[in-house]
Amino acid sequence: MSQSLPQNSPAPEHDCYHCGLPIPAGVDLSVDVDGARHQMCCTGCQAVAESIVSSGLIDYYRRRDAMPEQAREAMPDELKDLGLFDHPDFQQGFVKPVGEHEREAALILEGITCAACIWLNEQHVAHQPGVTAIDINYATRRARVRWDERRIKLSDILAAIQAIGYRAYPYDAARSEQISQRERRSALWRLFVAGFGMMQVMMYAFPAYIAEDGDITADIESLMRWASLILTAPVVLYSAAPFFSHAWRDVRLHRLGMDVPVALGIGAAFVASCWATFIGHGEVYFDSVTMFVFFLLCGRYVEMLARQKAVRGVEELGKALPAFAERLAAWPGPDGEKVPVSQLLAGDVIRVKPGEALPADGVVVEGESDANEALLTGESRPVPKRPGSAVTGGSVNIGSPLCVRVTRTGEHTRLAAIRQLMERASAEKPRVVQQADRFAAYFIVALLVLAAVTAAWWYWHDPDRALWVFVSVLVVSCPCALSLATPVALTVATDALARMGVLVTRGHAIEALARADHFVFDKTGTLTYGEMRVEQLRLLGAIDEARVRQLAAGLEQGSEHAIAAALRPGGGDAPLPAFAGLAATTGQGVAGVLDGTPYRIGRPAFVAELVGTPVPDVLLDDERSGRTVIALASSAGWLAGFALSDGLREDCPAAFESLRGKGIELSIFSGDTPSTVEALAARLGVQHALGGMTPEGKHAALIALQKGDAVIAMVGDGVNDAPVLAQAQVSVAMGGGTDLARNQADIVLLSGRLGSLAEGVTLSRRALTIIRQNLWWSFAYNFTAVPLAMSGLVTPWMAGIGMSASSLLVVLNALRLQRKRPR
Amino acid sequence: MESLYLLIPLSIVLVFVIGLIFWWSVRSGQFDDLEGPGYRVVSDDDDPPTEDGPARHPKAKP
Repeated sequence: MSQSLPQNSPAPEHDCYHCGLPIPAGVDLSVDVDGARHQMCCTGCQAVAESIVSSGLIDYYRRRDAMPEQAREAMPDELKDLGLFDHPDFQQGFVKPVGEHEREAALILEGITCAACIWLNEQHVAHQPGVTAIDINYATRRARVRWDERRIKLSDILAAIQAIGYRAYPYDAARSEQISQRERRSALWRLFVAGFGMMQVMMYAFPAYIAEDGDITADIESLMRWASLILTAPVVLYSAAPFFSHAWRDVRLHRLGMDVPVALGIGAAFVASCWATFIGHGEVYFDSVTMFVFFLLCGRYVEMLARQKAVRGVEELGKALPAFAERLAAWPGPDGEKVPVSQLLAGDVIRVKPGEALPADGVVVEGESDANEALLTGESRPVPKRPGSAVTGGSVNIGSPLCVRVTRTGEHTRLAAIRQLMERASAEKPRVVQQADRFAAYFIVALLVLAAVTAAWWYWHDPDRALWVFVSVLVVSCPCALSLATPVALTVATDALARMGVLVTRGHAIEALARADHFVFDKTGTLTYGEMRVEQLRLLGAIDEARVRQLAAGLEQGSEHAIAAALRPGGGDAPLPAFAGLAATTGQGVAGVLDGTPYRIGRPAFVAELVGTPVPDVLLDDERSGRTVIALASSAGWLAGFALSDGLREDCPAAFESLRGKGIELSIFSGDTPSTVEALAARLGVQHALGGMTPEGKHAALIALQKGDAVIAMVGDGVNDAPVLAQAQVSVAMGGGTDLARNQADIVLLSGRLGSLAEGVTLSRRALTIIRQNLWWSFAYNFTAVPLAMSGLVTPWMAGIGMSASSLLVVLNALRLQRKRPR
Repeated sequence: MESLYLLIPLSIVLVFVIGLIFWWSVRSGQFDDLEGPGYRVVSDDDDPPTEDGPARHPKAKP
């Protein structure tokens, strides 16, 4: 896997040495790495590679086993903005002083793709004069950096990280990371106490199992029992404490969850064993108790790790809104000042430059531009904005500067409203009630009644044996197997799914996924890649394809529009035609003059104004097929039409086929225009596809589906999907999606492959089968063992062995899920 | 058999000592990052010296 330095390679390189992307024709950039020239695809990669080489960190190229992201050239403006991070007001929340001049901050690192990236960042930052320490956590991709504020500023450190092609943001570590770290550490510590207690107690218990009568003297046996008692006490009182507190909570809320029988089983066995130890007579079950607690904690620990891994994006959430805004205090005067977004008030006028996200909701007062609202609505095409148009916080301005009068800030914005909707839906989410819990509730009531009746009967007939028969009944039926049956299978399935790239973050998700009979997909970013690509080129004039592409690239060279980004790479090797007087009309297209001939590119209607003849039928047909059509013409006549669409993920049709083969219904809910959605649905053979939906609309449509008893899995990626993700019985987010969606989802497709979703459904269905087998086994065991125990035929030690054996069988059965089934 | 009177209490003491050591190691963050140290061993500074000499690599204390 690892890349070695291809020294003196004779063949010219076709891919960028730094980022591995193909080098566009006509680009000739190279960097001298370790004595050999290597080709680069863009100036961004070149700058980063030069920076890496000049810092003496070329080892990075030898060690990496994954390509980094394509480096983006840092804009001087962006670098200047970093200076704002030195502002004391801003630093208050993020930077903590250590000693007189030393400061410490926690950073989120973006763009890390492999271990070598982390090495590179550590080395590079540590080399900055004034940085006293840096520590990057491989698992969480968070860095802690310390510096001497007399010698270096925080912004210099951030700029240094940007120079090698990564992005870093300070974040408030105290808020979330420390909480999850504390949770992780305490869970690990509980697990260790239980595990170590289990091993040692087993050592004391073992002689008693194998010894003949009389081999062990009474006082030694008593000593070992006391030793077991001392070691079991922390396991029960500390490690198992969460089970007791959860059980207590359940009892107070008048329900019987799985924790109730577990707590009762642990408690009864422990108290009875203690009693036997005190009076020096009877059976002890310390070994069974510790083992039981350890196995249960293992499952919960694995589940917690998976959950934390998925929600790690929490701090990045706020990034949908920028940290600073440019306020024009003397509007319509042009002078602006940078202020933290939290200081913006309704009525302020702000200037939003191209490429910046809008910090709040507002109304455009000056300027014409396009805004990308894909984050909020799923609409993949930019929306034109003119004075008077409403703009939404979190959308990105992509055309030219806009002056916006702020109408709503903070918690009143549309973004915040979506978040609130999501939270409410999450609380109202219809849970798939766990089978085991449902049965266990009845079971435990029946068991308690039986145990009490048995105790009463024996007390009447043979008071000496009453307590031990009572304990036997409780222990033999201790719902270990029953309570392990579900969690063990879920843990093994979670692990197997994670290896497929399907991360399960909530326990009920596997069961819900297996039962889901209706999958609803978002379109943009889920079924498609979420970016425009030229799909078809139609030549309408006498000019050949290469020239057409060049003209298009030349006209679009100054535009930041998503469509321009799709057309520009077509330019080829030759220098782009030098158009004069390029002028963009928002939402329409671009006009320019070449060698005295006027040209236009853009919407067919806009281009038709120049040509003077109606739009050719082929273009209208393309438009009807749901694609975005861009026409190119000169004053002499039509030249070409480009049909653009958001590219479908390659594995999408196969995944849909496979899901359909499992008897699952498929739907598409999208915020994109209905014609686009219908075209895609027709291609994928999906009957039920709705376009032009708002987040609220999706939410309502999903509730309507749920009324029809469907168990729904929702697959999405954007902020606009978050409420509907929360409402579905099981929600799946794409790994590359927004943090809000990932945070909300029960399952995250880390690989971004829809194919793994179909595999995941298969595996979760197998897991459900195994859970059923386990439940049947444990019920069968209990129904035979309990009557025997009630009749006094089972001594407590036999009960202990029976209990352990039934639990072991359940665990082994669950492990079968790890085996790959031949396909 | 008499030795058991000493060995069993001793084993209990040992368990608590080991528990204490583990508690310390959890608290000091040794289990927070289980991937990193493995990479750091192979990628520390025993490579050809770079132009500004052997790289120093300070570590932050939690």
